[in-house]
Amino acid sequence: MKFLVCISKAPDTTTKIDFVENNTKFNEAGVQYIVNPYDEWYALVRALELKETLGGTVTTITVGTPEDEAVIRKALAIGADESVRINANPKDAYYTAFQIAEYAKKGGFDIVFAGKETINYNGSQVGGMIAEFMQLPYVSLATKLDLAANTATIEKEMTGGIEIVELNTPFVISAAKGMAEQRIPNMRGIMAARTKPLQIVEPVACDELVSFVSYDLPKAKSACKFIDPANVAELVHLLHTEAKVI
Amino acid sequence: MATDLYTHPDYYNMDDLLTEEHKLVRDSVRAWVKQNVSPIIEDHYERAVFPKHLVKGLGEIGAFGPYIPTEYGGPGLDQIAYGLIMQELERCDSGLRSTSSVQSSLVMYPIYKYGNEEQRRKYLPKLASGEFLGCFGLTEPDHGSNPGGMLTNFKDAGDHVILNGAKMWISNAPLSDVAVVWAKDESGRIHGLIVEKGMEGFSAPEMHGKLSLRASITGELLFDNVKVPKANILPNKSGLGAPLGCLDSARFGIAWGALGAAMDCYDQALRYSKERIQFGQPIASFQLTQKKLAEMITEITKAQFLTFRLGQLRNEGRATSAQISMAKRNNVEIALRIAREARQILGAMGITNEFSVMRHMANLESVVTYEGTHDIHLLITGMDITGFSAFTGEKK
Repeated sequence: MKFLVCISKAPDTTTKIDFVENNTKFNEAGVQYIVNPYDEWYALVRALELKETLGGTVTTITVGTPEDEAVIRKALAIGADESVRINANPKDAYYTAFQIAEYAKKGGFDIVFAGKETINYNGSQVGGMIAEFMQLPYVSLATKLDLAANTATIEKEMTGGIEIVELNTPFVISAAKGMAEQRIPNMRGIMAARTKPLQIVEPVACDELVSFVSYDLPKAKSACKFIDPANVAELVHLLHTEAKVI
Repeated sequence: MATDLYTHPDYYNMDDLLTEEHKLVRDSVRAWVKQNVSPIIEDHYERAVFPKHLVKGLGEIGAFGPYIPTEYGGPGLDQIAYGLIMQELERCDSGLRSTSSVQSSLVMYPIYKYGNEEQRRKYLPKLASGEFLGCFGLTEPDHGSNPGGMLTNFKDAGDHVILNGAKMWISNAPLSDVAVVWAKDESGRIHGLIVEKGMEGFSAPEMHGKLSLRASITGELLFDNVKVPKANILPNKSGLGAPLGCLDSARFGIAWGALGAAMDCYDQALRYSKERIQFGQPIASFQLTQKKLAEMITEITKAQFLTFRLGQLRNEGRATSAQISMAKRNNVEIALRIAREARQILGAMGITNEFSVMRHMANLESVVTYEGTHDIHLLITGMDITGFSAFTGEKK
């Protein structure tokens, strides 16, 4: 079995977010990047588990610049066999998915994994777009994936229950919480990652369909107001006139 | 203990001096510690129980012999990576770091450096994986700072030797599968012997009543006419310099480790001081609290540079024993001071096991004494710069 896992970076969750150049650009100064948790904890780890039971290889793919190699090495340290970096600064989901699909088409992969979303842009678009470009079936937000021969049984959460899907490889899947458990890289893995292959591939030409106009931070939360528990009338009044929720 | 929120202070952007691999090493060990150790450490410490279920995990993560080459089961990392691992372990608990640094520097290191190929292949992979736990027997009841005066000895008896004597204050001893024991031959020269659990006449009773390093297990090593095969003698180095070489490696790890404890105390004190309100304002806004915190981060930053530079020198094989002494002595000293000051900032909460500072403080009282006491390290520096040994009064 050949598995391809899409790996993206995301700012560490403690990062203070702000923007520069008239709110048109994310301020990367001093930002610590991590592997996007949905890519790492669920997509990559489940691909590794399947490889360990069924045999095969796990390749990771990242659309990114040389600065992204730290997160790529972490994926290798966790256990991926090899990595590919499409040498480009990803402009948007369409661009990223297009580049990944162009590579994946030639690779003969049985399953292409993506995280359900990145924790910075939360777009949840790349997986579906890859499937469309590759003309493959797509299952999104999967919480469980089992594979017997080339038939996969996948669970995904839906309103009020769980949907169970069965399909044959090849396909594209996006992984949500529950699909696997986080693996912490060990020192031997970190050492081994040094010598695992990291192939750099130049991007192919791609239409630019999206442009970012500007970014805005969410409105700052106002201070919390405390109302005396005995004063319900005041609470109701404020909810009605100030918060305007009743 | 509440959720472990630790993040390391980095006032001078020291992280820029580390490689991405170093940072991955550090962050991985920190994640492992937060997941596996932080939730259980206070309980084990309070009950004075060694969390022996962690030994396998320490082996899996790669905290045993991080610089031992892969052909012997180690990860083959550099000295800075080793230091960072010790820092992350001791950030949580000095006892946890002790278990790991004894195994790495005092058991695996001598077998790797002074052992032959057969000994390396026999013991190192099992010690690296945590299948075996090891200990190091140098200190004796009457010979602590003066190990050269040891009484433990062995006599030639054909294909084996007969070992007699007693060692004391030995970390990991009661649970150890192998002990690297230092003893004098009939001519009075010190050699290292690998003594295995189960050898007739060898016992390792636990020592009780410690008010420090309570989550680490300590014992004696008693040898009553123990027959040790000659194949178990480390052949490649003898004399007092052999165990002292191991101590260089262990003290290097302690220098990093104690700094980890200091950073944890600072991190907690800083966070607490911003949340704790007195007289209508956070105590962090008071001058005397700021004085404590500012002095802490200054000392931590100085120690980070000292320690990192020592790591570079050790990577190049240039760190002297005296340089390692200085870092061990300084870092444990500042860690103790920072633990005490952090305890004060935390007020009454500081004496509870809701926070780790009091545990760090008690642990560091051992660390300031073991592996060369605070005073002995001072005299090592004194001897190094003057050329006179204050131990004997002789010119070096």
